[in-house]
Amino acid sequence: MKIAVAIKQVPLRDSPLRINTAGTWIEEDNLSFEINEPDAYALEEALQLREKHGGEVIVISAGPARVAQSLREGLAKGADRAIHIDVATLDILRVANSLAAALKAEAPDLILTGLQSDDLGYGQTGVILAELMGLPHSTIIMQVEVQPGRLRVKRELEDGWFQHIDMPLPAVLTIQSGLNKLRYATLMGIKKAKTKELKVVTAAEVAQASAVIEKIYAPEKNKQGQIFDGDAKSAAAKLVEKLRFEARVL
Amino acid sequence: MSVLAIVEQRMAGEVLAAAHEFGTDVKAHSIDHAYTADVYTAAVEQLVRNLHPELVVFGHTYQTRDYAPKLAARFGRVLIGDVIAAKSPVFVRQIFQGKFNADVRLVGEGPHFVSIQAGAWRPSEAPVEVFTPNPTTSRQVAEAPFRESARAVDLTAADIIVSVGRGIKEKENIPVVEALAQALGAELAASRPICDAGWLPMERQVGSSGQTVAPKVYIAVGISGAIQHLVGMKGAKTIVAINKDRDAPIFEVADYGIVGDLFEVVPALVEEIKKGKPRP
Repeated sequence: MKIAVAIKQVPLRDSPLRINTAGTWIEEDNLSFEINEPDAYALEEALQLREKHGGEVIVISAGPARVAQSLREGLAKGADRAIHIDVATLDILRVANSLAAALKAEAPDLILTGLQSDDLGYGQTGVILAELMGLPHSTIIMQVEVQPGRLRVKRELEDGWFQHIDMPLPAVLTIQSGLNKLRYATLMGIKKAKTKELKVVTAAEVAQASAVIEKIYAPEKNKQGQIFDGDAKSAAAKLVEKLRFEARVL
Repeated sequence: MSVLAIVEQRMAGEVLAAAHEFGTDVKAHSIDHAYTADVYTAAVEQLVRNLHPELVVFGHTYQTRDYAPKLAARFGRVLIGDVIAAKSPVFVRQIFQGKFNADVRLVGEGPHFVSIQAGAWRPSEAPVEVFTPNPTTSRQVAEAPFRESARAVDLTAADIIVSVGRGIKEKENIPVVEALAQALGAELAASRPICDAGWLPMERQVGSSGQTVAPKVYIAVGISGAIQHLVGMKGAKTIVAINKDRDAPIFEVADYGIVGDLFEVVPALVEEIKKGKPRP
């Protein structure tokens, strides 16, 4: 079974983020990046499916040159090959078109990606990809069962409900975080990754984006909360006093 | 502006309110068919081609997330998802898990597609027509929804909840917050990653995929406050946040907060609470 995993590179969790001088995105200089967490789970799921059913795992990512590092990490964890679409864009339709163009040539049996990115948070790339490639899809997947020519997946609904969905292969799934346990790259894996194929391709050209980010900014506070800092002991004392005598909830 | 509102049971009133704010010429439809992504994409495509709306408005539900991006792509558009406010044609959505807002401007002719965040509009009532789609084949076959097991823990009944997030770092540190919950007679809850990791059972999860709670006091410890968590607890009467990151979105909704290391702050709180308790 041939499985492609679309991963995105995002700033390292808890990085201090600053807005760029144009006010249109974050300042990326001096930031460290990592594989978007839900995409890491998608990759893990692909590796486990390969262990069960055999075949090949391809990691693919659209982004600037720095993305190659995350693709190498995917290879070190066990992916067989990598494809880097060299493009710096926030237009997810362009990203999805580029992924679709590269993946059509590969004709995978299954395409996995995380349910959303930690930066833009659109949660759409996988679904758009399915439309562009003419494939069935399902989202927020907690469990994947491969049957001959078909898939049976467990989809998460709101408020603790789930649903099983059956669909033919090839198909696209967006994977929920936490459905498996992430592996670390071994030293051997890191060594091997250096010899694995990492192909660089150019992005698809698309029509003008139908929506653009005009500016980004810190949200206005709706509530004027009282924030205490300083040493832990005195902050704790102030808080408990407020909860007792102002909010009267203790 | 002509607006088509797609109404499902979840968030119906909010979608109607937003649609009538965005435009004066509003048509609202519910879809009379069991859900699959293929069926709903085809159904709403039919509606859009019949009605030619400039804007299509959805609630940002799991169902919308499953098919609306596909529908928008069919029209060469991106769904502007999880919108919290709007001055059409500029729509505001959160990025970086709520750390920043982004003003997104629609470019070019309609149809454009937006989904609104739960809780961002006050629900209102307006007429809704039922749309029965032409028969289409669906590649997805959906089985009946189910729940894993009866919930042993009902967080919705708790007066005080102490909730823990990624800031706790590892499972071995859970007793730090357990001690606080015990001192307060509170239920212990958690954000999604903690339950995913198996550090606390799933039934203690608060947020869009877990329980929605509205206690008297909600103490968020080491929780940054991603929207998926906030929708599950922002109805609490008093919200307390303890986090080392002053810019964490949880402080946006907090009535009281402490910026600091939870491993110092929480034990100090426990001591302080015990101090004030009447001695037997």
